[in-house]
Amino acid sequence: MSTHVLAAEDLSGFGTDPWWLIVIKVLFIFVFLVLSVLLTMWAERRILGRMQLRLGPNRHGPFGLLQGLADGLKLGVKEDLVPKNVDKWVYILAPAAASAPAFISFAIMPFGPQVSIFGHQTHLQLTDLPVAVLLVLAMASMGVYGFVLAGWASGSPFALLGGLRSSAQVISYEIAMALTFVAVFLYAGTLSTSGIVDAQERLWFAVVLIPSFLIYMVTMVGETNRIPFDLPEGEGELVGGYHTEYSSMKFAMFFLAEYVNMSTVCGLSVTLFLGGWRAPAPISTIWPDANTGWWPMLWFIAKFAMVMFIFIWLRAAMPRVRYDQLMKLGWKVLIPVSIVWIIVVATMRALRNAEATTTTWLVVVGAGLAAALVALYLWDRAAEKRREAKETAKEQEFATLKAKPTAGGFPVPPLRAAHYGSAVRDALEAPRPERGTSAKEVTGA
Amino acid sequence: MDISERTVGVGAGAAQTGDAVSAKDMATEDMVLNIGPQHPSTHGVLRLRLRLDGEQIVSAEPIVGYMHRGAEKLFEVRDYRQIVVLANRHDWLSAFANELGVVLAVERMLGMEVPERATWARTLLAELNRVLNHLMFLGSYPLEMGAITPIFYAFTEREYLQAVMEEVSGGRMHYMFNRVGGLKEELPAGWTGRARATVAEVRHGMVRVEEIIHGNEIFRARTRGVGVLTREQILQYGVSGPIARASGVDFDLRRDEPYLAYGELGDVLRVVTRTEGDCHARFSCLLDQVAVSLNLADACLDRLEALPPGPINQRLPKVLKAPEGHVYQWTENPLGLNGYFLVSRGEKTPWRMKLRSASFNNVQVLKELLPGNLVADMIAILGSMFFVVGDIDK
Repeated sequence: MSTHVLAAEDLSGFGTDPWWLIVIKVLFIFVFLVLSVLLTMWAERRILGRMQLRLGPNRHGPFGLLQGLADGLKLGVKEDLVPKNVDKWVYILAPAAASAPAFISFAIMPFGPQVSIFGHQTHLQLTDLPVAVLLVLAMASMGVYGFVLAGWASGSPFALLGGLRSSAQVISYEIAMALTFVAVFLYAGTLSTSGIVDAQERLWFAVVLIPSFLIYMVTMVGETNRIPFDLPEGEGELVGGYHTEYSSMKFAMFFLAEYVNMSTVCGLSVTLFLGGWRAPAPISTIWPDANTGWWPMLWFIAKFAMVMFIFIWLRAAMPRVRYDQLMKLGWKVLIPVSIVWIIVVATMRALRNAEATTTTWLVVVGAGLAAALVALYLWDRAAEKRREAKETAKEQEFATLKAKPTAGGFPVPPLRAAHYGSAVRDALEAPRPERGTSAKEVTGA
Repeated sequence: MDISERTVGVGAGAAQTGDAVSAKDMATEDMVLNIGPQHPSTHGVLRLRLRLDGEQIVSAEPIVGYMHRGAEKLFEVRDYRQIVVLANRHDWLSAFANELGVVLAVERMLGMEVPERATWARTLLAELNRVLNHLMFLGSYPLEMGAITPIFYAFTEREYLQAVMEEVSGGRMHYMFNRVGGLKEELPAGWTGRARATVAEVRHGMVRVEEIIHGNEIFRARTRGVGVLTREQILQYGVSGPIARASGVDFDLRRDEPYLAYGELGDVLRVVTRTEGDCHARFSCLLDQVAVSLNLADACLDRLEALPPGPINQRLPKVLKAPEGHVYQWTENPLGLNGYFLVSRGEKTPWRMKLRSASFNNVQVLKELLPGNLVADMIAILGSMFFVVGDIDK
């Protein structure tokens, strides 16, 4: 029995760059992220505008492209208010704590294969680690501190509730998100991002691992606090959420953090599920050189922009879910489904490694189906019983309340008190003549 | 003589006086959250004092009056022409319907007959005003739930309708088109045709509004079974309008005590009701009412075009005095019952004019409706009560 060899982990090409190349790469990532934030803001507002029958920003620069810059400048010169009862140090530290980790995640994002920069062969990626994807998760967790501390330090109930919500939400969705990665790791056999991109040379994981991909798409929206999961800053209920009390550059930092986080999850979805920097199928078939040199950066950015568009599209189309519904979706749907899917993937991998025969396959698949059917049947029975119990309880309550209206502990005003029996009530109770016939009589007369 | 000092507060104020705060509020660990008077979900300056246990509301109290402008007192020092200006402002989304109540009351006091053209034109404009009002809430309610697109769809339609209203009256919000005895002036030539085209346009646009939000899974999950108002609560608190009809209270003055030309529109006027009484029912009531109002507008336009030319108002004396007596005139405003109780002593100003506004009664029920819900549901419920703060505070 030979073990199936998964993608070999070869990270020898990383960590050998000279210092000037590292500086260039770091600068590139920083500029890329800041530019992507500005462009995403612009694109978001223009696309939303189109979807909402209006124009969107079109005054600053060609097509309003400089609107983001203008907004940034405006925020910068605004008065920096520090409310009286804030915890000053934490209040100042929080925006930095929120935005710094957001930038770090992009260090492991592969933009392309090996290229030559000033005669130096290097990967288009700042660095790679044997646990690169875990770094992204770790940084996302660090970012939550910024939100929580902002909510806490602001000394306002709205901010506090927003901070609490965002920490609970990001943590819950991170679990589901991490579980979707497990399937990818099982398939790719590595946690390094460049290794995962290599493993998708023939088929994207978005196709092979559709359930994982779909769950990831949901969790990435939850992770970045965007509509329909933007509860931490739901302006209808919590005004601005954790950043209610922030102004000027500190507010801009939160804004930046949100958009950089979006960039990170988009980049991650491209890397883990959409084939990374590899050209999509028809292009690479027609044009063999599409995956060499600097071209892959174009494919990466194109895919990146498409995922970003989904964020914008969702924002135009969706209302906000309620907090408990969000938690229910995360814990009761996404996580269990992810776990079951991981078990399925693991079983399939194990069978494939063991070079199982057709009979074994059939037996395993049959057993799985049978187990699913039995579970479904039991679930249905239990649900029916619960429903019946609820109905009887309800009827019982009605009976008690009918006999003694105050039994529910609620002060019930008398229904027939003198001032209630007005014309409205009489009009309601009186038998009403058929409108159709009376209307005819009027016209007839 | 011994002197003692006592702080006395009534109603909402009582809980806020010094002693009461220490006695009542400090004893509990619940968080007190003030929603408003400046808060994005209150459309103005309604203030809600919520006591929260985590995110659950333990008690809620609407604190009204931040926008009290003393309209009733001001009515007493204005003559009947000036009152119209003032009266159309309390509910700024139903200006036409507000004016209408005043002039109908005065006309009833005077026993004045209004030209038929005026009656039909008033009915038409009242229905267009109803659509304008409803479109506002059809857009703003989803906005409060986080859906930002529907309000732009709704406002696109509002814009078409406002152009029509503007052409006829010169106003986009405060039309000032009603006069005692009729309307200010004849409708512009060719206006009925343009109005008809606009009604068709809006009817078409409503499909878009409905499709984007009404069937949305998240929207349903957030509104179904949330904030259920019972028939009893409706009757006890005097809740009216689409909110009452969403709870199965089948009461609409247009049908049950017809004024204007509604008596002759019986076959077009369908009173929209729902039985669930939840936020979703209230929203869909509003949605269907727009369709009915558009049908009514079409019917009115048919009638107006068929009517022979004639006067649209009455010649009034220089000094208009209502005879001694009193009258209560209520109308089915877009948001509910709007009544004017007019007491005259035969002078050119009313001795007293009491205003019964729909929103004032409608928001009172929040006190009973909100406890037990989550803060997020509070938004869904508050938005679905369709109120205008000016209409609450008068």
